[in-house]
Amino acid sequence: MTLADLDIGWGWTLAIKTVIVMGLIPAGALVLGYTFLLKMMSHMQSRLGPMDPGGFHGWFQLIGDGIKFMQKEDIIPAGADKRVFKMAPAVVVLSTFLMFVVLPGGPDFVVANLDVGVFYALAVSSLSVIGVLMAGWASSNKYALLGSLRAAAQLIAYELPLVLAVIGVVIQAGTMNLHGIVMQQADGEIFGWGGLGNPFILTQFVGFALFMVAAQAELSQPPFDMPVAESELVAGYMVEYTGFRFLFFFIGEFGTAFVYAGLAATLFLGGWSVPFIDADDDIMNFLGPGVLFVKIMLVAFLMFWARFTYPRLREDQLQALAWKWLIPISLVNILATGALKVAF
Amino acid sequence: MTDETATAEAAPGPSAESTALLERVTAALGADAIVESGEACGDLVVRIAPDRWRDAATACRDQLGFDYLSFVSAIDWMPAPTLSEEGSGDTSSPVQPKDQTYGVAGSAGRFQVFARVASTRVPRSGLTLKTDIDETSPSVASWVAVYPGADWHERECWEMYGITFDGHPSLRHLYLPSEFEGHPLRKDFPLLAREVKPWPGLVDVEPMPGEAPEAETEAGEAEASE
Amino acid sequence: MTLGTRPAGFDVDPSLYRHLADAQVNVELDTGDMILNLGPQHPATHGTLRLVVRLDGERVVASDVVIGYMHRGYEKLTEFRTYPQITTLINRIDWLSSFANEVPFIHAAEQLMGVEAPPRALYIRTVLTELSRIATFVLFLGEMGLQVGAITPAFYGFRDREYVLNAIEAATGGRFHPNFNRIGGILTDLPWGWIAETRESMRKILKSCDDFEDLVVANPIFQQRTRSIGIIPAELGAAYGVSGSNLRASGVDWDLRRDGKPYLAYNDLDWKVWTHPDGDSFARYWVRLQETRESARMVLQLLDNLPAGPVMAKVPRIIKVPEGEVWVNTENPLGEMGYYVVSKGATGPFRVKIRTASLSNVSIAPWLLRGVYVPDVITVLASLYFILGDIDK
Repeated sequence: MTLADLDIGWGWTLAIKTVIVMGLIPAGALVLGYTFLLKMMSHMQSRLGPMDPGGFHGWFQLIGDGIKFMQKEDIIPAGADKRVFKMAPAVVVLSTFLMFVVLPGGPDFVVANLDVGVFYALAVSSLSVIGVLMAGWASSNKYALLGSLRAAAQLIAYELPLVLAVIGVVIQAGTMNLHGIVMQQADGEIFGWGGLGNPFILTQFVGFALFMVAAQAELSQPPFDMPVAESELVAGYMVEYTGFRFLFFFIGEFGTAFVYAGLAATLFLGGWSVPFIDADDDIMNFLGPGVLFVKIMLVAFLMFWARFTYPRLREDQLQALAWKWLIPISLVNILATGALKVAF
Repeated sequence: MTDETATAEAAPGPSAESTALLERVTAALGADAIVESGEACGDLVVRIAPDRWRDAATACRDQLGFDYLSFVSAIDWMPAPTLSEEGSGDTSSPVQPKDQTYGVAGSAGRFQVFARVASTRVPRSGLTLKTDIDETSPSVASWVAVYPGADWHERECWEMYGITFDGHPSLRHLYLPSEFEGHPLRKDFPLLAREVKPWPGLVDVEPMPGEAPEAETEAGEAEASE
Repeated sequence: MTLGTRPAGFDVDPSLYRHLADAQVNVELDTGDMILNLGPQHPATHGTLRLVVRLDGERVVASDVVIGYMHRGYEKLTEFRTYPQITTLINRIDWLSSFANEVPFIHAAEQLMGVEAPPRALYIRTVLTELSRIATFVLFLGEMGLQVGAITPAFYGFRDREYVLNAIEAATGGRFHPNFNRIGGILTDLPWGWIAETRESMRKILKSCDDFEDLVVANPIFQQRTRSIGIIPAELGAAYGVSGSNLRASGVDWDLRRDGKPYLAYNDLDWKVWTHPDGDSFARYWVRLQETRESARMVLQLLDNLPAGPVMAKVPRIIKVPEGEVWVNTENPLGEMGYYVVSKGATGPFRVKIRTASLSNVSIAPWLLRGVYVPDVITVLASLYFILGDIDK
């Protein structure tokens, strides 16, 4: 059952899909932020985190923070380039929106089932670099400028391992269509046994590791958070942003984490499919999002765990890691995958 | 020579280590550079002639093995003038003697620069050096070329006492804002806080609502005109 | 290295002393260098320290340290106060290890008066000094991780510091500013159960030092960020007056508890001085970690051998210290702290020169920061470990 079956016309379809995506992003950011940033981090650091707002373990904390940000004064620095300053957060969040377009939650539960889904998702994710550069330059603040230049170098450098890691998956699946990739994993077999399907993490473990590291860098999270180095640049390129503009950046950061985790879950863990239930079944349109959500939480757990544990790499060490280690390893991974794909 | 410690031998006189160290200092610098020497609770204090101040540093570092600079600072021996004419409001500050006396190893006048050096290789080693500063034109050679750490200490001396150091790359304020006027640690620079409101100040007691205000007591705050 | 040969960089380079502090901060970007202001409000500068750096891209070309935002005029204030009043004041010089600040001053007054504190008082002073050392260092172990980017060690540092602060508060009444020393001894004796509690706390501290070793020291990213960063050559460090763990991390085997004039109860203890040959930021972290462990072991030894007896010697009610001069320096957590007290027989001193460790430790920063990256500036400053109150007095 798709929205097309409902026969409501393309206008309504578009409206419904837009509303769902626009609702998902803050919701995803909220859930990730609360669970991992507030609660998991606190417990790992021998403290409790928010306990009061909303009653049960402070679940209302982030929503309250959001409302607080919305009602703050809109301060733009005097020397800032106003138009660029205002547009920058929008550009960053825009790339998150666009990535959600291809993320499938079920066999028909997707905004647009593009045949070049993977390619599109990765291409569109690099739009955020422009937003970061705009933010840093328009702020008329040297700290912001330093942060955004670091971010530009870092994000561009880590695009390559990200893409190259995914190529291994594409080779193995034989398609760039995300629906197709999920179906391949759901219908696949491990050495002849089809019970669990064939999640690509089993064969593409190198690719998974590379993807996680590169995604960590793309999200500017420790150990790759030089652009936002809190103890040096005091929020880096976001330093002059307050109120709802900062909220945009915040939602963008965590929403993008949600989407990257979603991509990882789709490409490597089998997306919305569950073993023992036929992937084409209509029921998956309702179960799928839940399953995908669970997998997203698992992947995000890894991301945030690394975030709270490691110190940050210096800029040149970061670049060295990308260019001297991750890219060669990913190239070897592609070679191996291609060879094995032809052989078997 | 004066001996201030009561925990060492009962007979007055410098300890054996101080005497030995004094001999080494004299040998390194020459007897003409040393004006006077003394012992402060077991530590040797040597007063150097003002024009040999830089040589003393070099000798300390190269010949005597004192590679560590503890500090360079200054003393103003003038007794602090009474703050205001009629019974200054400040009644709790310790009353210092009114005559200008000098400490261990004496002094030629009001200002002295003194420094402490030590060795990181020999335990319980160290030397305090003093030198006299001319009050009318307070100036002495800088130690920066010998002990780079003297840089900040001499800047502090300059801003607090007004003593210039020849050879210092840039004598500017260290603690105080660049526009600050005056040299605070000089004894004639008053501590205004104690002058304006003597310690302990009387508390203004607000009357309860409806009550008449209390009669003002005299000998209260010395509201010095500012 | 023999004395008399000056190592490279020993000579003062006048071109470093351009008046960077007076430079306009938000200057238009010229084609060459950029002037960046770190502080006085900045998370990395441990207080109100201002660092003006001239950057070429991400490399520091020259830097200037501007201090004095917290100058309280202690040396002037001491000229107007009695000795017990000064004890309250000097607690606040280095506020993380406040008990340790009082010790050299009280010792100086006692030397001038010829008074000796009874052995029990000396032992308790030693215990509290070592507890302050542990408190300071555990905070350092945590927040140096924070400065290089790891959020978690900072929380562990603060949590472990609480054990020590609770012990200090139970004994003296104040977590941060105990004001517990008196000329001739200490204020009161220890409360019931304090010794057992402190023993337990020391065991927890030893365990958390192991945690720091696993979490921070063994972390490859931390090592990458701190090894070979900010190397202080031993001779240069000594000439600048760098002291304490910073100098020991450059291989200089010098600790005033063992090598200075004997003070407190250190001679009765069996302990070790830790040094590291490298002199980089990692060495400074490692030395402080080992010293924390050593201090915990020293406290356990002290508590085992605590002598009985009074805690205060017989001193007159109004303390008048006889005429004289004295210099007392001790190994404080941040380095060598000393007081040169000139007394003229009054109830208060005539002049007190306060020699603080952090002033000299930070004065080497312009030399250290030439040619490093901006992130390394943070690492170097964090590893030097200064407290603004200690610098600015």
